Amino acid sequence: MDLFDNLALGFATAMSWQSLGYALLGCLVGTLIGVLPGLGPVATIAMLLPLTYQLDPTSALIMLASIYYGAQYGGSTTAILLKLPGESSSAVTVIDGHAMALQGRAGPALSAAAIGSLIAGSFGVLLVACLAVPLTAVAFSFGPPEYFSLMLLGLVGSIALSSDAIDKSLGLMVIGVLLSLVGTDVNSGAVRFSGEVFALRDGIEFTALAMGIFGIAEIAVNLEQQRRGDAGAGTIAHVGRMLPTRDDARRMMPAIARGTAIGAVLGILPGAGVTIASFAAYTAEKKLSRYSHELGTGAIEGVAGPESANNAAAQTNFISLLTLGIPGSAVMALMLGAMVIQNIQPGPQVITSHPQVFWGLIVSMWIGNLMLVVLNLPLIGLWIRLLSIPYRFLFPAILVFCAVGAYTVRASVFDIYLLAAFGVVGYGLIKLAVSPVPLLLGFVLGPMIESSFRRAMMVSRGDYSVFFTRPLSAALLAGALVLILAAVGSTWGKQRRIVLAEQG
Amino acid sequence: MAHDAGFGLAQRRVRNQRDAVVGALYLAIGSGFAWYAADYERGTAARMGAGYFPFWLALILMGLGAIVLFRSTAPGAERVTLATWDIRSLVWMTGAVIFFGLVIKPFGLVAAIAILVVAASLASPSFTWRGTLINAAVLSAINAVAFGLVLGLPLDLWPVWLP
Repeated sequence: MDLFDNLALGFATAMSWQSLGYALLGCLVGTLIGVLPGLGPVATIAMLLPLTYQLDPTSALIMLASIYYGAQYGGSTTAILLKLPGESSSAVTVIDGHAMALQGRAGPALSAAAIGSLIAGSFGVLLVACLAVPLTAVAFSFGPPEYFSLMLLGLVGSIALSSDAIDKSLGLMVIGVLLSLVGTDVNSGAVRFSGEVFALRDGIEFTALAMGIFGIAEIAVNLEQQRRGDAGAGTIAHVGRMLPTRDDARRMMPAIARGTAIGAVLGILPGAGVTIASFAAYTAEKKLSRYSHELGTGAIEGVAGPESANNAAAQTNFISLLTLGIPGSAVMALMLGAMVIQNIQPGPQVITSHPQVFWGLIVSMWIGNLMLVVLNLPLIGLWIRLLSIPYRFLFPAILVFCAVGAYTVRASVFDIYLLAAFGVVGYGLIKLAVSPVPLLLGFVLGPMIESSFRRAMMVSRGDYSVFFTRPLSAALLAGALVLILAAVGSTWGKQRRIVLAEQG
Repeated sequence: MAHDAGFGLAQRRVRNQRDAVVGALYLAIGSGFAWYAADYERGTAARMGAGYFPFWLALILMGLGAIVLFRSTAPGAERVTLATWDIRSLVWMTGAVIFFGLVIKPFGLVAAIAILVVAASLASPSFTWRGTLINAAVLSAINAVAFGLVLGLPLDLWPVWLP
C-alpha cells in the first residue's frame, strides 16, 4: 500500500543520525521554552529561523517542528508544578494539575500529561500521514481562483476564531499584506513603497518582522510588569512518586481519547490552534466525564484531556500547511517562511517534489513524541532548576539572539533596525489589545495572494465572477463568508448585551 | 425599552479609546499606502499593474478603519481607556537594538553583543554589574561560536580597527 511505502521512506530519512539529532535538539529546546514562562514557540522559532537557513531542508523542518510540539509538553510541567502556564495552551492544565500537585500527586499529573500527549501526538501524526495524499490530490485540481479563495478562507478562518473583533483583525491582516508588497514587484519589476530608503527595495525581511513583533515586544511587556511588581511565581510543588496508580490509568484513558479527538479535528482547521483545543477539551471533560464533579479540585481528567488535545492539535496543525501550502497559525506561518527560504515552494506539489522531506518530517514528528516522553519524565528536576534563572539574564539573551539572527539572514544592518521598529509595533499592538497574529499571516501570504489574484484575473480577462462561478472557489468563499458573518454576529451580540445591560 | 438604533449623532462620542486609536491608525496607514500606490501604474483588472492590488487593498484598509472608529463611538461600546506605555523599558530595548546595529560593523560581533547585553540589562529593575558582565561574556562566546565558527558566517568578530 502506498502509505506504507511512503512511511518507509519517511523512516529511512528520519532515522538518520542527523535527523534524530536535530529532532532531539528541537525537543529539548521546545520543552525548555515550554517550561519557561514568557518565551513561547512563536518567538523561539522566529529566533532560530536564521540558524536553520544553514541546514538542509529536512533537518531544518524537523528541528522547528519538534520545538513546536515539544513546547506543548514543557508547558504542562510549569502549569502543574508552579501554577504558572508555561504556554497559553497549558492554561487549563493549571486548574486541576496544580490542585493535584498540592495533594502530593504532582507525579501522576505529570505522567498523565506525558502519556496523554504521546498517545494524542501519535494519533495526530497518523492522521497527517493518512490525509496527506488524498488532500494533495484535491489540491491539484486547484487553479489560481481556488488558491486565492482558499487563502482567503484560511486567513479569515484564523481571525474569525480569535477573540478580537473581526474588523480589527482584518485590518491588521490587510496591513500585513501591504507590508509584504514593499519592495520589488516580481511581475512588473516596479519597486513599491520603498521611498527614499534603498534597503527597502529588497522588501521587509520576514524574520526581522516576526522576531520584533513577538520576541522583543514580549520582553518589553514582561519588563514593564516586573517593574510594576506583578511577579507571579509561587513555590514549586514537590514531586513524589511519578507513576500513576491503576485507578489513575483507568480514568485517564477516556479523557485522553476525547482530548485526542477534539485536538485532532480542531488542529486541522485554520485558525484553531493548540490553545483553543485545550480549552475545548476541558469543557468537554466537564460535560462528558463521569468524574466531572471532581474537576477543579484535582481530577486527573482535567490534565489528561487538555494536554492530549493540545498535542493532537500541534500535529494536525501541519496538515493544511504541508498539503495545501496554507498556514493555519502563526507557527505554521513561520514554518512556511522556513520552507520558502529552503527553496521549497509550499503547496500540494511538495509531496511529490520533495517526498523525503515531507515523509521524513511526518515520521520524525512521531519519533519526536517518543523522545519527549522518554526525556521529560526523568528530566523534571532539571527543568525545575532552570525555572529559577532570573529573567534579567534571560531577556538579554533573547535580545541578542534576535538581533544577531536578524542581521545574519541577509547580512543586513538595516534588518536590525527593522527588528527594533517592529518591536515597537508589537509593543503597541499589545497595548492596544490586538493580537498580532493576523499581521504575520497576512505578511506571509501576501505575495501568494497577489499572484493568485493576478493570474486568476489574467486568465478570466478581468472577469471578477470567476471566483464565484467555479464551484470549488465559490464553496471556499462561501465558507469564508459564513465565518465572517459568525464573527460579526458575535461582536454585535456582545455590543447589544452591553447596551441592554446599560439600559436595563 | 426603546431600541437604540445607535446612529444618533448626539450620542456619539469615543467610548472605546483603544478601538478608536486602532481605527484612526488604520485610516492613516491606509491613506498612506493609497497615496503612494496611486503613483504606480494601476492597469486594468485583466492586466494588473504594480499599483492595482495595493491601491485597492489600501482603500479596503481605510474602510475597515472607518468601521472600527465608528464602532468605538457606539453607545453599546465597551468603555475602555488607553493603556499606559512604559516608555522606559521600550526605549531601553529598542535603543539597545539600534545601537547594536550601529556598532556591529565597526566594532565586530563580540563587542556589539557585550554592549547590547549591558544596555538591555540596564532596563531591568534588578540589574547588577557582575551578573550582567558574566551574561555578556557567555552570550558573546555562544554567539561567536554558533554563528562564526559552526555556521561559518562572514562576520567580523573583532573591531576592524584593531591591529
